[in-house]
Amino acid sequence: MMNAPPIQKKLFDQNWKRILFWGSTCALTQVFICLVGLPSELNRRILIESTLSLGYLFILWIPLVFGYVVSKMVKLEGIENPKQGAADLLSGALTGLLGSLGLVLLMLGIDNLDMRDPLINWNPKLFRLLTFENSIGFGSLVWIAVGVGLGTVGASLHQMSSQIRKMTAYAMFGLFSFAVLEDVIDDLSEGFRLEWLSDMIYAKKGGMTVTSTIVLAVVLALLPLIVRGKFKKTVERYRSEAKPEDKRRNSIALFSIVAVLVIVLPWFLGGIINELLANVGLFLLLALGLNIVVGLAGLLDLGYVAFFAVGGYTTAVLTSPNSPWFSPETHFGISLLVVVVMATLAGLLIGAPVIRMRGDYLAIVTLGFGEIIRLLFLSDWLKPYLGGSQGITNIPAIDLGPWEVRGADPRSVFYMVLAFCVLAIYVSWRLQASRLGRSWMAIREDESVAEVMGINTVNSKLMAFVVGAVLASFSGAVLAAKVGSVFPKSFEILVSIIILVVVIVGGMGSITGVMVGSLVLIGILGGPRQPGLLQEFQNFKLLIYGALLVFMMLKRPEGLVPTARRTRELHQEEYLQDAWLGDDESEDREEVGEQL
Amino acid sequence: MSLLEIHNLQVTFGGLDALSNLDFSIEEGEIVSVIGPNGAGKTTFFNTISGMVPPTSGEIIFDGESVLGLDPNQITEMGIARTFQNVRLFPNMTVLENVMVSQHCRTSQLIIGALFQTKAFKQEEKEIRERSEEILGFFGTRLVGYRLDQPAFALSYANRRRLEIARAMATQPRLLLLDEPVAGMNPIETAELTGLISRLRDEWGFTIVIIEHDMKVVRDVSDRVVVLDHGVPIAQGAYDEVSTNPDVIEAYLGRPVEAKS
Repeated sequence: MMNAPPIQKKLFDQNWKRILFWGSTCALTQVFICLVGLPSELNRRILIESTLSLGYLFILWIPLVFGYVVSKMVKLEGIENPKQGAADLLSGALTGLLGSLGLVLLMLGIDNLDMRDPLINWNPKLFRLLTFENSIGFGSLVWIAVGVGLGTVGASLHQMSSQIRKMTAYAMFGLFSFAVLEDVIDDLSEGFRLEWLSDMIYAKKGGMTVTSTIVLAVVLALLPLIVRGKFKKTVERYRSEAKPEDKRRNSIALFSIVAVLVIVLPWFLGGIINELLANVGLFLLLALGLNIVVGLAGLLDLGYVAFFAVGGYTTAVLTSPNSPWFSPETHFGISLLVVVVMATLAGLLIGAPVIRMRGDYLAIVTLGFGEIIRLLFLSDWLKPYLGGSQGITNIPAIDLGPWEVRGADPRSVFYMVLAFCVLAIYVSWRLQASRLGRSWMAIREDESVAEVMGINTVNSKLMAFVVGAVLASFSGAVLAAKVGSVFPKSFEILVSIIILVVVIVGGMGSITGVMVGSLVLIGILGGPRQPGLLQEFQNFKLLIYGALLVFMMLKRPEGLVPTARRTRELHQEEYLQDAWLGDDESEDREEVGEQL
Repeated sequence: MSLLEIHNLQVTFGGLDALSNLDFSIEEGEIVSVIGPNGAGKTTFFNTISGMVPPTSGEIIFDGESVLGLDPNQITEMGIARTFQNVRLFPNMTVLENVMVSQHCRTSQLIIGALFQTKAFKQEEKEIRERSEEILGFFGTRLVGYRLDQPAFALSYANRRRLEIARAMATQPRLLLLDEPVAGMNPIETAELTGLISRLRDEWGFTIVIIEHDMKVVRDVSDRVVVLDHGVPIAQGAYDEVSTNPDVIEAYLGRPVEAKS
């Protein structure tokens, strides 16, 4: 059975239903992306000079991926799969074709029907883009050719040797990063006095030159293969051979290198990147606080922005000369102490009534409280005290003796935020491994049992709430000083949700995960009002956030950098299997009997 | 004075009397078994004592103080610990953590200690850990060694039951309520655990109330047996007395059918 030659599929022996399903999904996705406006909006952003724009890329990746998906086979141990061959290429091509037919239909539709009323992007601009400023016939032909071609390429990925597949993947991803991160690379090379490098890669008007694209593709494809094998081997040898004390010393060294880099690097970075890092830091601080509440104690708090607002407004009232009612114009340091007190009070005030609720109920009620706080700041009732929708302006910079932290100098803000983040990381790290941290864990696992085991759940949960609140209020205080003003608008519900997405995508309960999460999401896509690296996506940020969240929940629910505990929790079966296979030999007979 | 006194306890779930007229006491150092057919109210009895279910009327006095109206964690702090019939460990916490967390009500360090790593904090953490290992060591080699860092869900069924007992022990109770501790164990494991239950009293000084269906275990460990049926105590006394009591036999086996003439 095992030695039988692999079955060769006949060319037209296709799973037509599957092709139809994926093909029409492909078509729908392409039409959806077009109508959402991604291509027309991003067409101005050139990736490769006079060849490819980001807008077109958003259509092009679809047949590629669907071609890959349609010809994918589930590999089961002990079951022989038919060998992949021309039949699979055909299925990929057909999927791409169906996808392109969707675009053809869209073009015909735009030409003949007027649906601009509900669909803003149902317009000549999109039409011109799809037909390449030519006739429908020409456009259709090109799209069909491109769809079939990319579908076939997607399907052929299964049949390449893993070496070539890896090379292609590296080249593609590398090129994409280079093209999309043009601004950053420009900024970086300026900081390091390497302008000639960026001048070489990028064309004057934006986008990479065709030559540099080809050169880079070759370099990127070859480079990882040369370096990676050695690197992997070294890491493995190090893992298996190094002594524990060596490892400890090395990890301390590694940590110090990273620390020095984080401190020194901002001097080489331009204003844009520093501004971006400051924003990442502000949201990281929020996310670390929420991570304690949601990740450690398991309390789904959707009104977390309230504490952010309390921090911001307290700082504004205490330091700004423009505060309408009470304006002591204190120093930031003193106001920070008051911020801690106010945040604690707010944590207790919001926490006390809602803390006895569980799960979904807690989420809904905190959602309500978050909005209540924002509406209070906005209300006419508190207008004489907090300025209503006009907010409080003219918040002074933070005066730290020889240094001054102000919004116009993003580097100083970055350092300020960095200090708070280090504090937050320390707090999370220490609390996690303490009596309180263990009680949070127990509450997250099974609240009623935790109570029977002698844990005062109300106190423990309130404490999680308060610690989270204080960290969020620090972020609010720095934000107020950075922007120089606070408005109720800055504290929308969206902030709570985006922070929650950061925590979930990063990895709940994992400090590293939250850091990676905020770097990726806030740094690349941007915060609710703050632009990220990809400023072009400003209008589509929420769409991408949503898509990313759905994707993560399906493919990697434990997050990007999960804790070992969370991975174990979500993959219990795999863990048990591994444990069972792993310690077979160490078990004595009785124990084995027990397990059976 | 008895350690636990129950006066006229009644628990009603919407018209159904889960427990009624329960009236008895437990002396310090006793091992008392509570038996009865399914649905007799045994687990409700435990739930009521541990504060998870409020009684409709009656009084529960532990060591001279009423426990009515107290939260479960306060009752645990007074010295009553329990295990669950359907094992309810913290599945994703390790074996060691399960036991460590249960010492919560006997320890006191909070945020400040943890942040500044004070001497008192470190000392307390060390004590918690040592005590946990001592308690887990009570079950031989089963829960120590590499098992300490395994998540609770990875344990075998019998070990989960053992860990439940260890976790209850860690709250440093005076009264230990064991809800079917040997359910699902094989005869060898059952015999072993039966021995451990006696040692729990003799070496650790716990007073023990145990719900059990395995009559061999009940006979071997208990000083006294209480039989519940439909929430009403129908017999009390030594095992031999109870096991021959016609009411008890009736409750378990039903009334003999009289031949129609």
